[in-house]
Amino acid sequence: MISRRFCSAAATLLLALLHSASAAQPPAGAAAPYTVISREGRRPLAARTMAGQEMFALDDLARLFNVVVREDAAAGGLTVTAGTATIALTSGQSLASLNGRLISLPAPPVREGRTWYVPVDFVSRALALAIAGRVDLRKPSRLIIVGDIRAPRIVGRMESLGSLARLTLDIAPATPHNVVQEGTKLIVRFEADMLDAALPATTSPDLVTNVRPGDGAASIAIDLGPRFASFRTTDTPADRGAARLVIDVMAQTTDAQPAPAPTATPATPETPPLIDLAPTGGLRAIVIDAGHGGDEIGAKGPSGGLEKQVTLSVARRLKAALEGRLGLRVILTRDGDTTVGLDERAAIANNNKADLFVSLHANAAPRTTTSGAEVFYLSLDEYGDAAERVAHTDSDPLPVFGGGTRDIELILWDMAQARYIKESAALAQTVEASLRQRVPMSPRAIQQAPFRVLVGANMPAVLVEMGFISNPGQEKQLQSDEFQNQIVQALVESISRFRDTHAGERPPGSR
Amino acid sequence: MIRKTAIGSLVVLVIVALAWMIAAIAPRTPLRSTPAAASPAAAAPAGPERKIKATLYYISEDGLSLPGVQREVPFADSIEEQARRIVEAQLGDAPAPYASPVPAGTSLRALFIGQRGEAFVDLGGEVRTKHPGGALYELFTIYAVVDALTVNLPAITRVQILIDGKEVETLAGHVDLRHPLQKNLKWTELQTDNDK
Repeated sequence: MISRRFCSAAATLLLALLHSASAAQPPAGAAAPYTVISREGRRPLAARTMAGQEMFALDDLARLFNVVVREDAAAGGLTVTAGTATIALTSGQSLASLNGRLISLPAPPVREGRTWYVPVDFVSRALALAIAGRVDLRKPSRLIIVGDIRAPRIVGRMESLGSLARLTLDIAPATPHNVVQEGTKLIVRFEADMLDAALPATTSPDLVTNVRPGDGAASIAIDLGPRFASFRTTDTPADRGAARLVIDVMAQTTDAQPAPAPTATPATPETPPLIDLAPTGGLRAIVIDAGHGGDEIGAKGPSGGLEKQVTLSVARRLKAALEGRLGLRVILTRDGDTTVGLDERAAIANNNKADLFVSLHANAAPRTTTSGAEVFYLSLDEYGDAAERVAHTDSDPLPVFGGGTRDIELILWDMAQARYIKESAALAQTVEASLRQRVPMSPRAIQQAPFRVLVGANMPAVLVEMGFISNPGQEKQLQSDEFQNQIVQALVESISRFRDTHAGERPPGSR
Repeated sequence: MIRKTAIGSLVVLVIVALAWMIAAIAPRTPLRSTPAAASPAAAAPAGPERKIKATLYYISEDGLSLPGVQREVPFADSIEEQARRIVEAQLGDAPAPYASPVPAGTSLRALFIGQRGEAFVDLGGEVRTKHPGGALYELFTIYAVVDALTVNLPAITRVQILIDGKEVETLAGHVDLRHPLQKNLKWTELQTDNDK
């Protein structure tokens, strides 16, 4: 916790330093120091330039990385020992030997007084291989990341493209993130401990006044200018595990406006811009239901993994992805380890007038070998005539105050889902097809069942069993970032596809 | 004449009252029919421990279906009693190589049958507290009981599961148990998408 807080402060400072550009010139003879960042904190590492090469003092490396340096005066060299690994260096030779394997260095080690200096690349080429755990040398940002610190390298650039300003962020490695508008700024939040970011100066001050480190350790703030109207984001994978996030900040222009109706009052320049992030297709809000929670733990894996934790983790990731990538309003039925009734979950979706309801679960079986994802939608057979009546309920014209009539829906709320079975079946098929591309499926990939949480939902609704937590292998998968991100990616793809093909279709007499 | 009419009226009243009483009490009494007549399963030969063959449901080796298995169940001379015997057998151990769809130690507290053929099966709370969760497992637990009754005793049309004497929303958070459920054999065999 302390180290996280420390990292947070360190990251903010670091970002500020990086952002203030390379204004600070190192004094003659000395290069700007590097920063070593680990769970223990942030420590400086002095560097100096010798014969055109950046070098570290071996004594400094010994202190920071807990290695032992011994000089062999007779052989004119020295050894660096880390655990069972030994690196041998020879004076005047641009080579190191690691347990007998030769490694080239950009320059030979140099002795000055009692101190030996080695090229900066010695850290990545030799030391990183000799010591346990990750050591990541980042020369452009003068960082050495040690251990499991998540510090994605982010390089930004800005372009002005007519009525929009485009901010492109290259993120390595790809890191889950979301983009949200908070008042007069956009915030890009990353699932990371800190950011190693090089942010650009703005090129369209009327749309973006500044791109700067955000308040948190791993966020970037984009201050919006007076002509800002809306924004859109696009995520694309890049080579070698990297990703690219493109944020288009758009101005309200007359070209972008739909042709005004003849009777409409023309918009004046003073009219506040209309912000409408809703994509075409009529899908605006979606409720994600993290199954179980609180006292209701759901299924439990052989190593103690809990269904309620997996469902919440995926629900949070899915919310961030849907908001960031599709611009949807996403409501979670729970955003913590709380007990929420099954009726209440459907009610949250109905009261928020959600367009889709997706319930996330993890399955269990008495056989530990059973595995694979399954998608369920409601089966009406168990509900008999009542469901049949609801399915065919139409709006009834009823007299209203002030004269005239208005179509009022009189349906059995308890069985609202009966009217959406066709759409729910289509949604289930779309979800199943996307999941199949990314995660193992059960032979029972699509099924119908009388599930309590689905029956009251007044919109297309599915329940996704992401895998069998009772299977030891799948229990690990379900708890891993990689698997959860695959599920999220599949659901985002399928919801996007469903939006394009089905959203806007409503059963007769529905909302 | 008047006296004869009065006696006649009294007799009619008594008959009507008796008929009403029978009608009022009748729904609470179990349906009386021999299990052999109600069941397609053949009764085993009479003996000191008379048994019938019944289809009970257990989880397959791959864990993905709930196939029916023919097993011997003690004979009972009322349909309600026979239903109890069948459920008790279903709650017992599974024969190899199958696994039981019901948590071990689950007890049958009571079973009664309504006049429309709905069976109310009251299970002990351990069916919930010992249940490992998971939607598929929960479906198997419930439909093992529902199908064991509806398949072996056609007079039973639907089954509502109660826990500790009370109506419940679900057993483990998924399947709607607020209404009686009808026979559903789709869980008994594995249909892949290609079969559909």
